[in-house]
Amino acid sequence: MQTLGGFVSTREKGSRFWLAAILVMCLSAFVAVGCGSDDESSSSGSSTSSSADSGDTIKVGILHSLSGTMAISEKSVVDAEQLAIKEINAAGGVLGKQIEPVVEDGASDWPTFAEKAQKLISEDKVAAVFGCWTSASRKAVLPVFERNKALLYYPVQYEGMEASPYIFYTGATTNQQIIPALEYLKEEKKVKKLFLVGSDYVFPRTANKEIKLWAKANGMEITGEEYAPLGSTEFSTIVNKVKASDSDAVFNTLNGDSNVAFFKQLDGAGLPSSKLPIVSVSIAEDEVRAIGADKVEGQIVAWNYYQTTPGAANEKFVKAYKAEYGDDRVTDDPIEAAYVAVYLWAEAVEKAGTTDVEKVKEASKGLEFDAPEGKVVVDDENQHITKTARIGVINKEGLIDTVWESDGPIEPDPFLESYPWAKGMTPVDG
Amino acid sequence: MEPILNQLFAGVSYGSILLLIALGLTFTFGQMGVINMAHGEFIMFGAYTTYVLQEVLGKDQITYAFLLSLPIALVVAGAMGLLLEMTLIKRLYGRPLDTLLVTWGVALVLQQLARDIFGANNVEVVSPTWLEGGITVFGIDMAYNRLFIIGLALAITAAAWVVVGKLKQGRRMRAVMQNRQLAGASGINTPSVDRRTFFLGSGLAGVAGVAITQLGSVGPNLGTNYIIDAFLVVIVGGLGHLRGAVIAALALGILNSLAEYWSSASLGKVIVFMAIVVFLQFRPQGIVASESRGLA
Repeated sequence: MQTLGGFVSTREKGSRFWLAAILVMCLSAFVAVGCGSDDESSSSGSSTSSSADSGDTIKVGILHSLSGTMAISEKSVVDAEQLAIKEINAAGGVLGKQIEPVVEDGASDWPTFAEKAQKLISEDKVAAVFGCWTSASRKAVLPVFERNKALLYYPVQYEGMEASPYIFYTGATTNQQIIPALEYLKEEKKVKKLFLVGSDYVFPRTANKEIKLWAKANGMEITGEEYAPLGSTEFSTIVNKVKASDSDAVFNTLNGDSNVAFFKQLDGAGLPSSKLPIVSVSIAEDEVRAIGADKVEGQIVAWNYYQTTPGAANEKFVKAYKAEYGDDRVTDDPIEAAYVAVYLWAEAVEKAGTTDVEKVKEASKGLEFDAPEGKVVVDDENQHITKTARIGVINKEGLIDTVWESDGPIEPDPFLESYPWAKGMTPVDG
Repeated sequence: MEPILNQLFAGVSYGSILLLIALGLTFTFGQMGVINMAHGEFIMFGAYTTYVLQEVLGKDQITYAFLLSLPIALVVAGAMGLLLEMTLIKRLYGRPLDTLLVTWGVALVLQQLARDIFGANNVEVVSPTWLEGGITVFGIDMAYNRLFIIGLALAITAAAWVVVGKLKQGRRMRAVMQNRQLAGASGINTPSVDRRTFFLGSGLAGVAGVAITQLGSVGPNLGTNYIIDAFLVVIVGGLGHLRGAVIAALALGILNSLAEYWSSASLGKVIVFMAIVVFLQFRPQGIVASESRGLA
């Protein structure tokens, strides 16, 4: 710098002032951020108890994405888990103690999920963790839970091919959701040519591998298979390919916000549901709310529970959820499965008389619960639960009407051992 | 043939989005040499401006809210850029690597700010009814919102060209970028020109944000999805050249959509990146050679 001495000194004064100003700005930003996350995880840190059920409370972990591309789906699941905990606490808690949730943000980033899982287990000493949505995040935390012999309750439908001894799966495996959906397409919609669209990660890739095996055995032609990066919003090429393929239907395994862009762009390309039905397995009432009901009206979804599912248990659940979070909120399958997960854990703990992981697992075998979706039973072997498959159509209020239902609950079969066509099915890595 | 034509349209449409997000950066990065990582966040705040206007004006005024948000987003994002220039960047001219670190930090702060104000969930901007649907010409499906974005990109580019090429303001800008000392000695108030350039560059990012609301949902991470593409366009086009940016945006858009058509979405991106690496090996100065001493 070629400047005069005097000038330099004023500059220095100036820059010291600015340095201070920046510091103040940064500090206030940190304080703001800190406050923001404080109300989310109000209970983390302060306690130094050595075991989950020492003291007056039992700590449990809640680990979902509160930010990033998956937050659209996972925030409501957190609400459902909080609601179940509140209800159980109001009824006296478990083992006479109140449940204390510790909430962590996985931030739609899989290594962060693994880090936070370890933190919940070793620092907060939680008795169990309710968490994850994407299979990628579940695969990231699986070794953490197995290594620490800790419990994870996973509330979302997934691709199967897994049965960790330390995970309870309260969402559907493929034979309770995807296979019934395919059979519905074949029998009811007479679909001959099917196009597969999914996000580029483990769930869609494994699910599509299973769909292709099924299609081969059932004489359905797969006209294309396309993947978009998670969070992608550019779908014109995929929409063009779908259009050029002359398919009867699309099987959609996109996750998160990509669905918004995908349906918007299909709409723009002149492919409404009447011309090209799309079966989605990751869009429930909550996502419909975010996409806008007018863009997905008439589209088909496959789940095990809808807000409209009849039954006293569901009426009570929907009422409690709306009372807690507002009338404009909706319940859906993962929300229900997350709610059920907390109750299943609490019942198992009551039955076992302790939060000890091995004893809770033992007590969970054959455990029954009157869930909003109907009675569910925990499988002795694979720790999944029985579920009734329900195919639904999205209506203009953004709710889903059941159009087809399986004959009673379907036993979980994560490895598809009872299906001859699935022989040789191997999971897709990471 | 039809799929190829459709793909070409998709490419042009994608190219126009690239052009919109990169236009502002041709000023701040290309001409001023500031590696502004917060450019994506200006895009994001432009998008949120549309959302806020739509919420304020109500559901039956969507068309007004959308059209009104174009100038307002320009001012909002421009003002944010101006603030950034006056507080931080003005101390960092000639130190591109420092601007990278500082503006990246600013970008993180802005993302968190958006998360605190609007929530972590993405929000939905409702499209005006006249932007829904599309027409088919010679077998090419053209969605109205895509056509609108192409038109907007053309209009903004033309306006930017007039400002830079024809107006006194633009002449001063170019003078300062080409030789700061000489421009200062000729009586140009260089700090003032810097501020105006930065206002313009950031404001254009805001306008791009408004256009992007028509494609998907709006969230705090919106900017990070576009920032890399914006830099690629500016670098491939040649630093600070509008003409280069236009050519580069179109070329990358079309290459991307064709590569994606013949492979898959993820592989298409890989092919584009590799093509850029090869291209820059042989022509590091970009499509249009730069005579300024921006980053030297």
